[in-house]
Amino acid sequence: MTKKLLSGDEAIARGAWEYGVRFASAYPGTPSTEILEAVAQYREIEAQWSTNEKVAFEIAMGASIGGARTLVAMKHVGVNVAADPLMTFAYTGVNGGFILVSADDPSMHSSQNEQDNRRFAAFARIPMLEPSDSAEAKDFVGAALEISETFDSPVMLRITTRTAHGKSVAVLGERQEHALRNPGKIDREKFVMLPMYARRRRVVIAEREQRLAQFAEETPLNRIEPGDRRVGFVTSGGAYAYVKEVWPGASFLKLGLTNPIPAGMIRRFAASVDRLIVVEELDPYLEEQIRILGLPVEGKSIFPAIGELTPDIVRACLAKAGLLEAAAAPTHAAVDGLTPRPPAMCPGCPHLGMYLALGKLRDATITGDIGCYTLGALPPVNALDTCICMGASIGTAVGIQKARGDGKNIVAVIGDSTFLHSGITGLLDAIYNKSTITIIISNNGITAMTGGQEHAASGHNLRGEPTYSVDLVALCKGLGVEHVFAADPTDHKAFSQLVKRETQADHLSVIVSSQPCVLYPQKVKRGKYAVDAEICIGCGACRKSACPALLKSDQKTAKGHFKTVIDGELCTGCGLCASVCPVSAIQPVAKGV
Amino acid sequence: MTTPTTNILLVGVGGQGIILASEIISETALRSGLDAKKSEVHGMSQRGGVVSSHVRFGPVVHSPLIEEGRADVILSFEILESLRWLNFLAPAGAVLANTQKIVPPIAAAGLTTYLADPAAELTARVPGAVLVPADAIARELGNTRLVNSVMLGVLSTMTPLAEDAWRAVVAEFVPAKARDANLAAFERGRALRAR
Ligand SMILES: Cc1ncc(C[n+]2csc(CCOP(=O)(O)OP(=O)(O)O)c2C)c(N)n1
Ligand code: SF4
Ligand code: SF4
Repeated sequence: MTKKLLSGDEAIARGAWEYGVRFASAYPGTPSTEILEAVAQYREIEAQWSTNEKVAFEIAMGASIGGARTLVAMKHVGVNVAADPLMTFAYTGVNGGFILVSADDPSMHSSQNEQDNRRFAAFARIPMLEPSDSAEAKDFVGAALEISETFDSPVMLRITTRTAHGKSVAVLGERQEHALRNPGKIDREKFVMLPMYARRRRVVIAEREQRLAQFAEETPLNRIEPGDRRVGFVTSGGAYAYVKEVWPGASFLKLGLTNPIPAGMIRRFAASVDRLIVVEELDPYLEEQIRILGLPVEGKSIFPAIGELTPDIVRACLAKAGLLEAAAAPTHAAVDGLTPRPPAMCPGCPHLGMYLALGKLRDATITGDIGCYTLGALPPVNALDTCICMGASIGTAVGIQKARGDGKNIVAVIGDSTFLHSGITGLLDAIYNKSTITIIISNNGITAMTGGQEHAASGHNLRGEPTYSVDLVALCKGLGVEHVFAADPTDHKAFSQLVKRETQADHLSVIVSSQPCVLYPQKVKRGKYAVDAEICIGCGACRKSACPALLKSDQKTAKGHFKTVIDGELCTGCGLCASVCPVSAIQPVAKGV
Repeated sequence: MTTPTTNILLVGVGGQGIILASEIISETALRSGLDAKKSEVHGMSQRGGVVSSHVRFGPVVHSPLIEEGRADVILSFEILESLRWLNFLAPAGAVLANTQKIVPPIAAAGLTTYLADPAAELTARVPGAVLVPADAIARELGNTRLVNSVMLGVLSTMTPLAEDAWRAVVAEFVPAKARDANLAAFERGRALRAR
């Protein structure tokens, strides 16, 4: 018996391998990204990054219809993108077992919202499992595939940042091969959702829900842990561990299957305790359903509905409700007002040169998108006016022009991975509806924000094998944009001139700004740069780039301006600062010095 | 460390190898026959942000997160960061802090200031805090990335975990090329406490 510490994400990948998954796809997104990265180690699973979550879902759906056990993974907001196929695949049902992993991010550690995707499982009427730790994450993959095939439904496996990234012990098993299910002709009445067939499936789904409700009463995924009868906690996922920590002796109804809920079991449990309390992160999802059963229940009257729970919060809330003793105040206080460390773009990041040029525009409106370049919304760059969801920069910029009439000085900034994910359709609309904005695709060759994943223009796939790479300039031209420019953001003068000219022009333009990310797919190795203090006039033009390697020197000019010095450990040799310097004080460090 | 669960909070700055260090501690606990859980948030931390990782081990561990006032050890990889998390320190807990200062770019650019003497602030609040010149030792050994092995060496003298398990896990988890250097750094850390 091999025991191993696995993250929830790694455990799901291991579960996929052990329980015979043959195909897995994803679009990266924290905290789900590591699932496919871990799946990629298992050669028996055909695994891939897809261009976005909808495509990832559809390909996985096809693999299931083809008969393979299948898994698709995404972050919570990815499910919004994949919602269209999800809602109707819920009608058709599956062939090979199908798991949708939804990785939610309560507290928005790295997300733009904290939507509670348990609502999606209920909305789509599909079963949902919520593991509390890595051992369960692995086992629940097996259970979910069984449920999927038995009840003919896609199944949601819902994790949160803490269960996805936290590590705990799991026992490893061997792979069980599962042959393709029904590899013959595809059942059209099941998979062609014309209204006449869909109406029939709708009834089948209602029957499926009833059978699942019965299953929920019997499955060991749900269990009662009897204890102190004064209080009974209904809980699931990560929250279970926190309550167990602060009150191990209480009575628990631990739900592994959270859609549908086991009404009978909940009634029995409620009857066995004095107070019934639901502990759940985010929405009162279980609480509302239990209230509909007519049971007196507490939940959000005690616990917050915003942000993730922690054992501290659970203890404090239970103390406030008079159920537990409050924790003694800590003997030490955290020191307030400490130097903040906001995340910053890397030294030599290609986004910096783009922002330096944009910073020179007067009165520009700049719509942003999601990626490392979103950090350009923060000081010292302070460039972005909007950032809503992936791909939105282009549509938002077009809409601002529609409202205000003039496309001059309206710029959309979008990363390469994001452009491929959902920017292309926005661009097509901009062309079709005669927009005259300027679009900058900041192309660093990789999906960097999520840790450096390959995409359709990076030339490699999930396993690092070489593959077709789309030419972004040709793609934009092919769509019909007349004014497309390939540009180098580290060549400041030329780049800045181009941006100025195009933002003043009365036509739609796309600037493909290309230089590699300095971290991914591997750290760049380039010669470094240094400032000649004799020549430096202390104008500070280079430091406006916000490159973290450019520091104020101790030396001042005669006029009292700080000269610049380059931190040789941080510099990655992009050359941006040298191209900005008006007196050529910044030069490459000669080799061998 | 008399409580059945040992709580170690690792803190520092993105890129310092904190996550690897927390994996090494958890794995060492597992190989010493204990249950272990750990938790941290990946993501924004890569870009020079604040990083913390919770590690808990003992006979049975439920929550992966440490509660305030219950960390037996705060293992700080950067001196100022030790101050940010003192509310987690147990009344009899220990602070081990690398004396290295990492000035964030916004302070270097003059948008904020870096605390003048964080080590003095720390010892004023936690008189028994152990100041570890891990960065200096790592540089002496020829690689700043050895900081985490020095820190683990110091920590290893204070936990109930088996010495051999520590060495075996460090050797296994660090990049193969740097194995000997990391083991040397680990021993330097241990020697600091043995004195
Ligand atoms: C729908 C959706 N899927 C995934 C994510 C997670 N995510 C945030 S940024 C990003 C991609 C960034 O790549 P790119 O546009 O190339 O910018 P870079 O980070 O490389 O600068 C992803 C996948 C998200 N926020 N929303
Ligand atoms: S990881 Fe790459 S894209 Fe992201 S900030 Fe660093 S250099 Fe820029
Ligand atoms: S060359 Fe200049 S701008 Fe580029 S990384 Fe080095 S210091 Fe920063």
